Amino acid sequence: MKGMTIIVKKITQIMAPIIFLFGIYIIVHGHLTPGGGFAGGVIMAGAFILLILSDGSILSSLRKEESGLEFLESAAIMGFLIIAGIGLLISGTSVFFINFLEKGTVGKLISAGVIPIENIVVGAEVCAAVSTIFIALVVFKDEVSK
Amino acid sequence: MEIYLILMLVLMILGSIYSLHAKDLLSAVISYGIVGFALVIAFLLLQAPDLAIVQVVVEIITLIIMIAVIKDSTSEELKSKFNPKFYIYFAVVAIFAILFFYIFDRVTGTLSQFGEHFTRMATAYIEGSQETGSANLVTGVIFDFRAYDTLGEATVLFTAVIGVLTILRIKGKKKEK
Repeated sequence: MKGMTIIVKKITQIMAPIIFLFGIYIIVHGHLTPGGGFAGGVIMAGAFILLILSDGSILSSLRKEESGLEFLESAAIMGFLIIAGIGLLISGTSVFFINFLEKGTVGKLISAGVIPIENIVVGAEVCAAVSTIFIALVVFKDEVSK
Repeated sequence: MEIYLILMLVLMILGSIYSLHAKDLLSAVISYGIVGFALVIAFLLLQAPDLAIVQVVVEIITLIIMIAVIKDSTSEELKSKFNPKFYIYFAVVAIFAILFFYIFDRVTGTLSQFGEHFTRMATAYIEGSQETGSANLVTGVIFDFRAYDTLGEATVLFTAVIGVLTILRIKGKKKEK
């Protein structure tokens, strides 16, 4: 895939890390402010998509990124299930998805037990899934047009 | 506030009607984007910022993908000739529409008063949300009371990715031969 002009490239290189950081902020503060795992994950994927669209990319490096993202996605959904399973095993009540950590004070960054951890895991899953779909389309286009 | 909401709904209906009748597929997709972005403002007016964030980001990414697809294929709509069976199809659709509205009317008659059911659930959630320890009520609900929903959503996304990869890989290999 071909990239755009140098003005677009430079501005995207400045903007993309900020967008990525904003996505991380939305995920980590998911239990305090509006947003959460899903919204933050899609914003992080948006930063990746912006970079691929403006900078262009080589087919071989795209394939590497794709396999890495697939691994991240599978690991994240596995982690989500593992967190739910730990709740089932540790707590005496044997409830799937139980909040087994301490709740802490409402409004602090480290509070609400496993909810922030689940937010991070879901965020990683969504980010990997959306960027995998986009990269798969770009790889398909490059393969066909070759 | 209600006037703005009605304005957004009218805008959404106009956008979808135009996207059905547009000659150029690119303008159809862009006018379909009006529906999504008006929905964002409607969510903000209804005080649901969580949904608004997700809607605006997903709308932008889907628009990018759709515009890229149209740019690579064709932006002209396929012309179809007048089908002589049109009147039969129209009659079937009309019969099913009347049947659907009749059953809808019968079913809604047996439900409880509109809003009562919702308030009962919402009251339970709002009272229980103090125990989840989450300041954001929506996150408290979707990761505690309704964690199974979140698991299902993640599974759907995972399946979608696997489906996309499967379809695209098969086609790519066939073209190479």
